[in-house]
Amino acid sequence: MPQITFIEFSDISHCVEAETGKSLMQAAVDNGIPGIDADCGGSCACGTCHVIIDEAWRARLPEPEEDEVAMIDMNPEPQPGSRLSCQLCVTEDLNGLVVRLPEFQM
Amino acid sequence: MNAPVTLSSAIEPIPEAHTIPLDQLDVSDPRLLEQNIWPEYFKRLRDESPIHYLPDSPFGAYWSITRFEDIKFVDSNWKLFSSEPVIVIGDRPEEMALDMFIAMDPPKHDQQRKAVQSVVAPANLAQMEDLIRQRVGSILDGLPIGETFNWVEHVSVELTSQMLATLFGFPLEERHKLIYWSDMATAVPEMTGGICDPEERMNAMGDCARRFSELWHQRAAERADGLPPGFDLIHLLQSNEDTKDLIERPKEFLGNLILLIVGGNDTTRNSISGGVHALNQFPAEYDKLRNNHDLIPNMVSEIIRWQTPLAHMRRVATEDVDMHGHTIRKGDKVVMWYLSGNRDERVIDQADQFLIDRANARQHLAFGFGIHRCMGNRLAEMQLRILWEEIMQRFHWIEVVGEPSYVRSNFVKGFTSLPVRIHPK
Ligand code: HEM
Ligand code: FES
Repeated sequence: MPQITFIEFSDISHCVEAETGKSLMQAAVDNGIPGIDADCGGSCACGTCHVIIDEAWRARLPEPEEDEVAMIDMNPEPQPGSRLSCQLCVTEDLNGLVVRLPEFQM
Repeated sequence: MNAPVTLSSAIEPIPEAHTIPLDQLDVSDPRLLEQNIWPEYFKRLRDESPIHYLPDSPFGAYWSITRFEDIKFVDSNWKLFSSEPVIVIGDRPEEMALDMFIAMDPPKHDQQRKAVQSVVAPANLAQMEDLIRQRVGSILDGLPIGETFNWVEHVSVELTSQMLATLFGFPLEERHKLIYWSDMATAVPEMTGGICDPEERMNAMGDCARRFSELWHQRAAERADGLPPGFDLIHLLQSNEDTKDLIERPKEFLGNLILLIVGGNDTTRNSISGGVHALNQFPAEYDKLRNNHDLIPNMVSEIIRWQTPLAHMRRVATEDVDMHGHTIRKGDKVVMWYLSGNRDERVIDQADQFLIDRANARQHLAFGFGIHRCMGNRLAEMQLRILWEEIMQRFHWIEVVGEPSYVRSNFVKGFTSLPVRIHPK
């Protein structure tokens, strides 16, 4: 199983084994990572599963679809590397991925 | 334009949901909320006709979407379902032709929302938390103990108006005006089945525009004199490239102000009342809360689900859309009944129970979904969280001592009165 590191805004980091085929949001929720609300349950409709992808990984992830871009655009504090974790699927290729959590979810 | 809604029917009792032929079931009747008999009506639609068409109503023909997942589908597909020209079931009279981004599609919606959203963004809210706590505390400390009073008037309205004044940088001593303007803007009979006189409403909107223009110029002058900018809405608008001359576009200026006033008024007010009411209806939940104040954040989400202070949002189909075998035609009105989706047993376990320690309490529909999802959600949650933290410090029980009365509307789901008596700790 790929290993993924979530770093909280306060810099506390959690390295978890993520199940392939599920979303990155689900991996965070299943592993009890604080700071992800996922109010819409993974439908790309709430923006509260926002994460910031580590720079080294940004280009290696599939491009966001139009819906994801639209929701991120609504975030009051978008950053380079901002993605919605419910729209990213965990694959073996993501082994070693590092993502940061924002200070607040929108 | 629809014929004006006759109010003479007000006193007639409404038949029970199961006695009405399904094809005549009209959930737009504003008395359903006023008489608190809506649950049975919506349950019938969810179970028997989840994509329901009514060809004729005082608000014209409309589709009702009543299940959780279907509402989420409609709400997150802005390309298929437009928010223009208005987001309530009825059409608007000419003088209410304000420009608000809640009733705009992209790209205009996005530009305007971005311009104002920082005022209620979590980072800005964190700066307001202490002030809000202080204001909550002094309202609670001023309440009569052991006497019956109306919680709506003394707490819900009072607290909400102070909060709005804080947000807008509006003079605190004039805060009642904000509530009055908001009430005038939402109680439009043709739009939501509320009650209000058109001339009074027009005057109110005019006053609101004038007062805020004065404030705008006053703030601009203060800044020209070198006074430091605040965190309030007018300052934020004035310092944003896209909105710094909003005052030159009067319809948009007034529209956005009214949107924020209305957005933050009935919703928070009725969640404040709804929480007290729900805890009294479910005393075991009140006990859980007394025993564990850490449940407050979760309870706040549950209160918002339970109350669902905005009963619906309306869309218009932009092309023919097939839903569960029904063809919604281009141009048809589609109403998403949030109050129903939030009681949908298919998605929410024990949906008819108010459970403050519910798992996944945040996964409710009351804030909507998609690009129009409530911009003030964090402010609302913060206000309710602080309120309940401060209440639990002070009072053992806010006892509901009589029947509440409810707002007549098909849009605002709320209380006009809630008699209570306070028992201190
Ligand atoms: C419990 C309290 C509240 C509830 C239940 C609520 C509910 C909603 C709903 C259902 C929508 C439409 C969502 C959609 O179409 O998908 C909305 C939009 C909006 N709300 Fe709230 N609201 C609340 C509090 C607030 C507060 C406190 C403010 C601001 C001061 C606010 C400002 C807005 C604005 C500006 C929009 C339009 C967003 C857009 O179109 O992009 N709301 N709200
Ligand atoms: S969980 Fe709602 S957008 Fe990802």
